[in-house]
Amino acid sequence: MKAGSNLERVLGSGIFAVTGELGPPQSAAPEVIREKSRLLKGNVDAFNATDGQTAIVRMASWAACLIGMQEGLEPTVQMTCRDRNRLALQMDILGIAALGMKNILCLTGDHQSFGNHPQAKGVFDIDSIQFIQMAKNMRDEKKFQCGDEISVAPSLFIGAAENPFADPFDFRVTRLAKKVAAGADFIQTQIIYNVDKFARWMEEVRARGLHKDVYILAGVAPIKSAGAARYMKTKVPGMDVPDEVVERMAGAPKGEARRVGIDLCVDIINQVRQIEGVAGVHIMAIEWEEAVAEICEKAGLLPRPKLSA
Amino acid sequence: MIIAERKPLNEILDMIQGVEGIKELLVVGCRECVTVCFAGGEKEVAEVASALRIALNKEGRKIEIEEEMTQRTCENEFVDAISEKIKGSDAVLSLACGVGVQTIVERLPEATVFPGVNTTFYGRPTEPGIWNEYCAGCGNCILHLTEGICPIARCSKNLLNGPCGGSQGGKCEVDPNIDCAWQLIYDRLKAKGKLRNLEEIMPPKDWSTASYGGVRRTSRQDAQK
Repeated sequence: MKAGSNLERVLGSGIFAVTGELGPPQSAAPEVIREKSRLLKGNVDAFNATDGQTAIVRMASWAACLIGMQEGLEPTVQMTCRDRNRLALQMDILGIAALGMKNILCLTGDHQSFGNHPQAKGVFDIDSIQFIQMAKNMRDEKKFQCGDEISVAPSLFIGAAENPFADPFDFRVTRLAKKVAAGADFIQTQIIYNVDKFARWMEEVRARGLHKDVYILAGVAPIKSAGAARYMKTKVPGMDVPDEVVERMAGAPKGEARRVGIDLCVDIINQVRQIEGVAGVHIMAIEWEEAVAEICEKAGLLPRPKLSA
Repeated sequence: MIIAERKPLNEILDMIQGVEGIKELLVVGCRECVTVCFAGGEKEVAEVASALRIALNKEGRKIEIEEEMTQRTCENEFVDAISEKIKGSDAVLSLACGVGVQTIVERLPEATVFPGVNTTFYGRPTEPGIWNEYCAGCGNCILHLTEGICPIARCSKNLLNGPCGGSQGGKCEVDPNIDCAWQLIYDRLKAKGKLRNLEEIMPPKDWSTASYGGVRRTSRQDAQK
């Protein structure tokens, strides 16, 4: 065990893991997190609180995670290199670990030009791969990035993201390999709608044996409407939404788009679950956290295991 | 070279009008970088000067506009060569880069100098009328590791282990006009059969040689008097 988090224990036991995502509010309201936590509780093994996703100012991930933890959920703190240099990232890791949070997800972060403060100075002192390595060295070598020793090292289960749909496709597995070599314990992928392409990526992953070195959680997300599907297809960078997904959403009977979106998500979970090397799913129902219970129920992912520490 | 672009005329007018008592304004261009990137050469000096004459005249403000050129505004001797002209004016509108503006101020502490251009980056023209950034002046060149393509200047997140998940069709997610530097690096490595190089994790960069280590200075003993 690296850190002994619930997520690590579930993955280690070979049970198909389920993680969820929670978007912190653009306010100081703790009730929002508590309410969303209640929607996720019992349906996921751990939840991620995003860290200023799409570069919009929201409550800090670690703070939202702490509130979720108070509600009885296990958090995964998302951390980006966009807003913090190596000093700030390490300070936050110490704080997160001291508060009893173990899972972190190391990201480079969405560029500030996408958000609500496009005039901000982006940091990008280190990138996600260097960040993973730094976190691993803090845990395993008990060393800060500068080489100084840490008297009480943080206990961490280190996550990273990977997008199988970005270009160049041939490089995507190499990038995963780099993240694994850097020290990633688990991976949460970009949202999958093109299952065929994801399956091809997983083939490459298996060919390199990487599925044995890292737990891969397939990213999924329910779509609310045909318009949302079209938007993701054309406007969201790094997303691969095949025509049949848009068509299936467009074909939803009036008033039933959300049900069709949930069914589509369940179908994708069932498909990726069949792929060798997929250790779980990461359900990103941001601002639609109500959908998670239904998705998990329909996909036969409930009840979630209760493993003793 | 240093790339610059002309400030909008309104902004220049605001600067001039913010200072009282200007009767004579000297517009000074530079024959180096800003001439090559059409921001502050002889032609641009003439254009800005005549645009200012028209605009100021319209507003009923009587300011004499003179035109002047220097060879290299960033060097003392070339500023000194036009110092009398500067002293004879109430203010200077410099179309040189930010270095040039500051050289004039250092040589002639009494002078009032307005920047007439925005100094944008180190780059080059890639096609007629288009200039692109190529160097960030980070003080620690790694071009030999990245196939001659700089990820510090040309990757929007200055990644050392790219391309990130936002690389699509060879373009950067930040702007479709930006080529993904890491796709370019990947293509060159692939063509040379060296894709294995990309498996190596590049360590965190030492940014102390960039401006993050404090204001920079280069010294060379053999060039000193």
